[in-house]
Amino acid sequence: MTTTAPAHPGAASASAGAALELAAVTKRFGAFVAVDDLTLTVPSGSFFALLGPSGCGKTTTLRMVAGLEQPTDGTISIDGRDVTGTRAHRRPVNTVFQSYALFPHLTVAENVAFGLRRRREADVEARVAEGLALVELGHLADRRPALLSGGQQQRVALARALVNRPALLLLDEPLGALDLKLRRQMQLELKRIQTEVGLTFVHVTHDQEEAMTMADTVAVMNRGRIEQMGPPADLYEHPRTTFVANFLGRSNLVPGTVVERLDGDLLGVDVGGARVRVPASRAVRDTGDVLVGARPEKVRLLADGEEPAPDENVVGPGTVTDVSFTGVSTQYEVRVPGLGVFGVFAQNLSGRAGAALGDQVRLAWAVDFTFGLDGRDDAAEGLADLDVEP
Amino acid sequence: MSIATVLGEGGPQAATPRRTRARGHLPLLLPGLVYLTLFFVVPVGALLATSLYVPVPGGDVGQYQPALHWQNYTDALAKFWPQLVRSFGFALMATIAALLIGYPMAYVIGVRARGRRLLQGLMLVLVVAPFFTSFILRTIAWKQILADDSFVVSALHWLHLLPPGGRLTATPFAVVCGLTYNFLPFMVLPIYASLERLDARMLEAGADLYASPFTTFRTVTLPLSMPGVVGGTLLTFIPASGDYVNSSLLGNNTNTSMIGQVIDARFFKVLDYPTAAALSVVLMVAILLLVGAYVRRSGTEELL
Repeated sequence: MTTTAPAHPGAASASAGAALELAAVTKRFGAFVAVDDLTLTVPSGSFFALLGPSGCGKTTTLRMVAGLEQPTDGTISIDGRDVTGTRAHRRPVNTVFQSYALFPHLTVAENVAFGLRRRREADVEARVAEGLALVELGHLADRRPALLSGGQQQRVALARALVNRPALLLLDEPLGALDLKLRRQMQLELKRIQTEVGLTFVHVTHDQEEAMTMADTVAVMNRGRIEQMGPPADLYEHPRTTFVANFLGRSNLVPGTVVERLDGDLLGVDVGGARVRVPASRAVRDTGDVLVGARPEKVRLLADGEEPAPDENVVGPGTVTDVSFTGVSTQYEVRVPGLGVFGVFAQNLSGRAGAALGDQVRLAWAVDFTFGLDGRDDAAEGLADLDVEP
Repeated sequence: MSIATVLGEGGPQAATPRRTRARGHLPLLLPGLVYLTLFFVVPVGALLATSLYVPVPGGDVGQYQPALHWQNYTDALAKFWPQLVRSFGFALMATIAALLIGYPMAYVIGVRARGRRLLQGLMLVLVVAPFFTSFILRTIAWKQILADDSFVVSALHWLHLLPPGGRLTATPFAVVCGLTYNFLPFMVLPIYASLERLDARMLEAGADLYASPFTTFRTVTLPLSMPGVVGGTLLTFIPASGDYVNSSLLGNNTNTSMIGQVIDARFFKVLDYPTAAALSVVLMVAILLLVGAYVRRSGTEELL
């Protein structure tokens, strides 16, 4: 599999070339294949996220880049230099570990200075102060890590890696141990710092929202392979596999068969007797069995007697089986006989109540937002994996 | 979180639970307090008193009466200072040797053998195994090992590492060897305990931050295992300074005598109780001072 991330628009001009290249990298632990023939290029200056459920090989990939694991096969290049056989301490790479791995016997400032001292760099004190200022922890320089909160430790770990100005900064679930509110705050902060320092960040996470918030390019990993790679919006609006469709947000997937090719490059698909249209450019295949997909927020409920727009797909009627009001939106579950359950997220724009439990409704969504996946894929793939990681 | 913290700081309410808590500890401490009072505080008091006794005028050998004869101390020190200094010298050498031998052992068991519980357990059993036989018996065995007709000595002669006629038994070398051997487990176990707790991710962080394996050892592993090193050196140095078995069995009674041997002889052979008691007190105070200075210098109070 060969995939190349599009260059970050801002950084492409500043520093051309690839910060990281993996060529056919495979890692086996005994009979288990953790990373399977992975080829990937991360452009200089980009914020790259490896997203996937636990056990998908993302952390192993990161550890191979850091030099903490040796690939069974393939080559790893950093800044155009082959580092496959290079030991960890000789690679121009720094890692922010999931557990932070701060040295408990050293103060915050000594922790941050560690890498600079090993490389015998000049102006260690000034650069440590600068690094701590960047993460707004200058006032805690003389403390021991054990006396800091989780969020503060996280920032020390970040400063400790950043001060070395590595060719590549690796982040291994860096926000995993923080509570939700702090995590949201740190996401924005990490993004700000990355823009400010202009280094290449490779970020490993199982949190799709985290990946989408921060990264320019997201690679969705599953079972040691990359399922799909691209800008977050692209992955979300245009998933190519059922795994991506389900793992990244939620999708309504309905099995159907392509029966005709219509004008305007549309595919006519039969789903349980109804006819829906899918843009050919948004479908993985244009014949045979497909899964027709639509994101829940793209689907709307048609009130009794209301007619859909001409560029909309319509299914139903079905029965409203669940209504949950979340403030910003209302989430409906609608069971359509022969097709299964649809999720519908309706923006709470008017303040008036929509459908009620037990109502018969029809569902409509724009043809342009419809996507088509391979009908031979498991429609449930990526679903069960959603919440397994702590 | 204690009850006091839950109830808030200060105020009359806070004082009550705190006092209850302190009183609650007393029954737990009582057996230890009684035991230590009977078998430590009282004997030390008796020792201090005895160290100031004087012989009964015209009495038999071994008859003394209470007095405050401080000169016992100056006399004892004037006579036996070489043995005292030698004790600390031998103990220091044995401690250093045990550290050099024991640290790598503890490192292999605690770090390298991680994840292989069986191997780790086996090696720990081997470290502790000598305790299954008597200390005296093992030291007598060492006497055989270092004897003039032993294979060790013949091998050293053959390799010209020992001059013709040179011997191992009845030398300072033999005494230090015996001390090192006998106290090695006390060095290995505390170091193992602190290395076993060492987070392997620290080593990865070191490598990630440009530290070679040796530098990572020097800047991360060693400092983090210092509590074990301090504990191990204390557990080796303190009993080794007062030991008399190794110097009696492996030494030559002239240039290998340690202070423990002198105290033993004063008490049981010469029946010179005041001198023996005075030397015991001196040894105790000297060890306290040395250990205090060492712990302070090593700066590991917060890690201990």
